Amino acid sequence: MGLISSILIFTISLKSYYLKAIDKRIFSLSFLQLFFVIISFTSLVICFVISDFSNETVFNNSHTNKPIFYKISGTWGNHEGSLLLWLLVLTLFLFLFLINSRDEPKQYRVLTLVFQQVIIIGFFSFVLFTSNPFNYLFPKPSEGLGLNPILQDPALAIHPPILYVGYVGTSLIFSATLAAVVENYISKDWAKNIKLWILISWVFLTIGIMLGSIWAYYELGWGGFWFWDPVENVSLMPWICLTALIHCILVFEKREILKSWTIILSIATFTLSMCGTFLVRSGILNSVHTFANDPARGIFILSFLFLLIFLSLIIFFFFNKEKQNDSRKVYFLSKEVSVLINNWFLMYFLSVILIGTVYPIFLEVLSDSKISVGPPFYNQLIIPLLIFFLVFMSIGPNFKWIRETNINNKFQLFTLFLFSLFLSYFLFYKFGQSSLTNILLLSASFYLFFVTVKDLFSKNLYNFSKKIAHFGFSLLILSIVLNAILSKEITVNLRVGDKINFENEKISFSSLKSIEKENYQSIVGSFKIENKKKTYEFNPELRIYDQPVIITSEADIKISLFEDKFLVMNTIKGEEYFNVRYQIKPFMIWIWISTLLLAVAGFLSLYNRFHEK
Amino acid sequence: MVKKVKLRILFLLAIILSAILSVFLILKSLEKDVVFFLSPTDVRDLKTIDTKKIRVGGMVKDKSISISSDKINFVITDFKNEISVSYSGSVPNLFAENKGVVAEGFLEDRNYFKAVKILAKHDENYMPPEVKEALGEK
Repeated sequence: MGLISSILIFTISLKSYYLKAIDKRIFSLSFLQLFFVIISFTSLVICFVISDFSNETVFNNSHTNKPIFYKISGTWGNHEGSLLLWLLVLTLFLFLFLINSRDEPKQYRVLTLVFQQVIIIGFFSFVLFTSNPFNYLFPKPSEGLGLNPILQDPALAIHPPILYVGYVGTSLIFSATLAAVVENYISKDWAKNIKLWILISWVFLTIGIMLGSIWAYYELGWGGFWFWDPVENVSLMPWICLTALIHCILVFEKREILKSWTIILSIATFTLSMCGTFLVRSGILNSVHTFANDPARGIFILSFLFLLIFLSLIIFFFFNKEKQNDSRKVYFLSKEVSVLINNWFLMYFLSVILIGTVYPIFLEVLSDSKISVGPPFYNQLIIPLLIFFLVFMSIGPNFKWIRETNINNKFQLFTLFLFSLFLSYFLFYKFGQSSLTNILLLSASFYLFFVTVKDLFSKNLYNFSKKIAHFGFSLLILSIVLNAILSKEITVNLRVGDKINFENEKISFSSLKSIEKENYQSIVGSFKIENKKKTYEFNPELRIYDQPVIITSEADIKISLFEDKFLVMNTIKGEEYFNVRYQIKPFMIWIWISTLLLAVAGFLSLYNRFHEK
Repeated sequence: MVKKVKLRILFLLAIILSAILSVFLILKSLEKDVVFFLSPTDVRDLKTIDTKKIRVGGMVKDKSISISSDKINFVITDFKNEISVSYSGSVPNLFAENKGVVAEGFLEDRNYFKAVKILAKHDENYMPPEVKEALGEK
């Protein structure tokens, strides 16, 4: 182990060498660096696999009778390992960037490398000084403490690596942007080059968030998929920022306007990802997701973060030169302006989430009172503007560049709008609910949905990935809205043999059995839910893990195209009563499908990019 | 040229206006939707009991949980004061006697709290910072 730590230190000294020397060798050196990081990461994985408890990280997070899959995923299921993973992705991305940017000016590449190295050095020293994954334990313990069983789950096992690829991708955008600013290389070529990285990080961030959300849905037993929890917000903020950036870079690539805004967005995106790490790792946030934390780590990241922000601002103000021949005309009815308006909306959502996440921290520091900001806050602020956003999104994307002279299918758009208004009113009437905001929200989402569907099937195949992405987004919003409006749930305490009626279904708790598994004991309840047409069998599970002793409940979910039926049980105090929660969640599956569509659209766009070359 | 300047000013104005508006909106609803966290002692010391949603945190008192088919009753204590809580809804896995708990809901009076949500935790060793503080150095 000591060997590997020394390799880490060795790599650091290499790093400082990089900063001075700017010549051909640095490219091969950065390969060497990647190689070392891979070695140390693999050795950590191996430690986990062979359960080498002389390693403190392994001791804290692993156990011999854990399945092999979770031994491996345990590597990044903890703070130290996940930082090492972060480093791995950082160096890997840098390497890929160097390979991929052969045609770019050399100065730009080198400078990108330097900025990226600054970040890498920061994280290296962070790993070494505050959270070394290779701390040696003596005497060697015979058994580890085990991984929190709630993390022992396939979706969550691959969630961190994917999310990290997304996060870390933003670091590359950050360095490349700064390099381009210094070199005055902000141009169409640059936009083309950087768009690739923006798309990659966006796709991975999307998938990462989706996996986390799916996990929360079936594992945490609350039956929801988004809780506006600070940790979730922290991953959503860079996503919003990236989404804005994707749109913005398109405008820049076509028209070379919005230059400063593009730069600011790139910087902001990375800063938000860093903030995310800081908030999650420092334990300042009081979140249900916070695991272990340590103030020293927080201070380190915070100062590093400030350093980076400071650096980037200086570079931005000193090197960013406006071109004097900037006399392009901008008309109100054009694609550029609609993208700009889209960015405004996104920035508004972003600031709502940011303030909601950060405000409690500030208030606690300033006035010592503890508060939390919950879903009502976000719903209230986001929904009204979301309505406008959706309507706008239906119209805006079809504008032409530079100037839209005639909106040809005005009539069609208008009929669709009336139709969606009517449809949502009808739905509400049928389900006996009414609230003005809900009707408006629903009709706006229907409207967007219809318009994107119409676009999807139009003959013109130009920009197909964009259409899929917009369609995916509209489907996402529509299913979320319908899901939120039409969900039903009941929570009761039941004993074996109890029956209860809910809506027009009959729930009965018929029996319990207990099964011994590899590293937990499982108690399986069996429930019957009957309605007029069909009888469903539910077998929710309670798992009592031995190492560490933790009880988790596994929900039983019956998935169908139109609704999910979700049943979860909990023990209270080991008594004969079980706390049972039954939910009917319409269109749940479509939320995942549409998020996948978003990711697919991203991939498609990436594929096109490579195909063009 | 004049037209361009005009457009720029218009844009700038719109940005500033919308920024001000959004900040105003956000702060306004922060005031309304924020949920304060109190310990049982804080509750005892309250001057007035209003109908706002709050969170109460502390330990679940030993042998205080009682369950019926539609309700769970228990007592939250910070070892100085305590408060009875009645709750109907789903409980997290780690809800147990002598463990930390955070309940969200409404105060009926100084001794009685009607919870609408009990917050879940992921980790048995983890204690919400608020609870830790509410418990003091025990």
